[in-house]
Amino acid sequence: MTAATPRLARLLALVPYLVARPGVPVSEVTEVFGITEDELRKDLDLLFVCGLPGYSPGDLIDVSFTGDRITVSNAEAIARPLRLTPEEAVALVVAARSLAAVPGLAERGSLDRALVKLQAACAPVVAEAVETVTVDVEPAGETLALLEGALKQGRRVRLTYHSAARDEVTERAVDPMRLVMVDGWWYLEAWCRRVDDVRLFRLDRVVAAEVLDDPAEVPAEAVPRDLDEGVFRPSVDHELVVLEVGSGARWVADYYPCERVEEVAEPAGGLRLALRVADPAWVVRLVLRLGAQATLVEPERLAVEVRDQAQRALSPYAAND
Amino acid sequence: MSQRKLERLMNLLIMLLTTRRPLTVEEIRELHPAYDQGDAESFRRMFERDKDELRDLGVPLETAYLDAWETEQGYIVRRADYELPAIALEPDEAAAVALAARLWQSAGLAEASRTALLKLQAAGVDAQALEITGVEPRVEATDQSFEPFLAASRARQPVAFGYRVGGAGEPARRTVEPWGLVHRRGRWYLVGHDRDRGATRVFRLSRVVGDVQSVDAAGAFTPPADLDLAAQVVELETQAGDREAVLRLRAGTCWEIRRTAVGCSAEDGWDVCQVPLGDVDRLADTLVGHGPDVVVVEPADLRAAVVVRLQAAVATAVSA
Repeated sequence: MTAATPRLARLLALVPYLVARPGVPVSEVTEVFGITEDELRKDLDLLFVCGLPGYSPGDLIDVSFTGDRITVSNAEAIARPLRLTPEEAVALVVAARSLAAVPGLAERGSLDRALVKLQAACAPVVAEAVETVTVDVEPAGETLALLEGALKQGRRVRLTYHSAARDEVTERAVDPMRLVMVDGWWYLEAWCRRVDDVRLFRLDRVVAAEVLDDPAEVPAEAVPRDLDEGVFRPSVDHELVVLEVGSGARWVADYYPCERVEEVAEPAGGLRLALRVADPAWVVRLVLRLGAQATLVEPERLAVEVRDQAQRALSPYAAND
Repeated sequence: MSQRKLERLMNLLIMLLTTRRPLTVEEIRELHPAYDQGDAESFRRMFERDKDELRDLGVPLETAYLDAWETEQGYIVRRADYELPAIALEPDEAAAVALAARLWQSAGLAEASRTALLKLQAAGVDAQALEITGVEPRVEATDQSFEPFLAASRARQPVAFGYRVGGAGEPARRTVEPWGLVHRRGRWYLVGHDRDRGATRVFRLSRVVGDVQSVDAAGAFTPPADLDLAAQVVELETQAGDREAVLRLRAGTCWEIRRTAVGCSAEDGWDVCQVPLGDVDRLADTLVGHGPDVVVVEPADLRAAVVVRLQAAVATAVSA
């Protein structure tokens, strides 16, 4: 596709948008289409010279301004938008379908109804393309429904939450900020009254949740986390841990944000990784889980912790066998 | 694109949308002021390029015979094929679609979602209804192979690519009939028929090395009619637990394991729990992560798998 095509695509959506809304304010159009006023003017200038063969004034598209309001007429031929391309249909229908499959999501019913209409609007060849992508979302059932309700009503929630890193269950009052789904898992982002900070809670680790009568009070300093790099947020304040993993545990480098990843000669296919770890208990658990596939290189304190835990875990077996 | 070229394409499109019968190239040249200049050869080239650009956008530009004797060909865009059919979304449905459209976080599909939403708004769907709630689903598709695999799946065109399994040195070349892509737990997978192995295979996109190449014609295969892409990937990950393990879990720990338990009874600071046992190695990996907070009572093979792992951890934990 040439660089030119997106602008033509925009024009073919812009004309029907304007035809359907006579007298629409310039500001609305620039916002919806994500363009500057200058870009919009250029697009409109172009429409003056487009129209039916013959190209007499009566054949051309008519654009008129009243103050900062636009009206487009005499554009019958392109008054409807172009059909969705296979890629657009995949993007929209697959997304809607994935979310419609999430139990507990309040929008499910609306999504189901919208999907029927969307799919009816797709050409058969496009409908086929939609079958090539599936997004599998982890169910979060009743918790999701309950938290979405609290979020929309602006209410505080009492959470009983299992922290996987520490393997402990704690209770805390939180003020919901948003529900996000990252990497197929649902999280509640909330102002946590226990630590007075923003926290992400994975919904499948919520043991119990209760919507309280108190209104949620999210302080002004609560900033939603930037999730572009995933939910693990490495920070220079966190301890730097160095691991060596075997070929069977290379996935660790894909899964967690590493500061450094280097191939090692021995064992073949192994990696040396450096990652920032907020909670030492978490990395001890990870290394134990990886068994012979991983060695904790630095810091030594944690390497000793791994060995001690493994030894203590072994002792009941030695006694019985 | 220059204003001039945009103008030319717009007028060509409008001409082909409003004609009652297919127009021949000569007719198009005569009617369209921008094609009037230059020699016949440069007109031909320009017209070919313009046609391609319209088709790239998804315009159903048809080549059709002018009459029943099929002597002369012309071009037409049929309104019924061009126009997005009427789609009347209620405000709640429009809001739900807008929510879904925000799912994609990376270039290709995010842009496609955006333009798709614009088309819906152009078709009269109320922009006000597209205001966003506090729910934000997001899926990344940053693997380089994502777009080529998606295109190949759509075109049903076999592909070849380098694939790294474990860490066994050089990536192996795989030739696959791509059926489709699945996102699960933060990872993208390609599901397809592996031609070399003659069987269905699932590939993790993060392990694809280098470029994805087409190796055959588009439409070279047909995916199975009853295909369930997600099921292929889930099958890879989970195996039904047909046995049961008995575990001792220290009270107040191992929540992740407790959730799967089918029965639990307390016993002096420990809980004795029964959990479904499918893949022994998979469960052993999980249990070992909990260190001294879990002891396997039975079966023997799970005990052995845990002991081997713990011994390895002791042996390799502290180097030097």
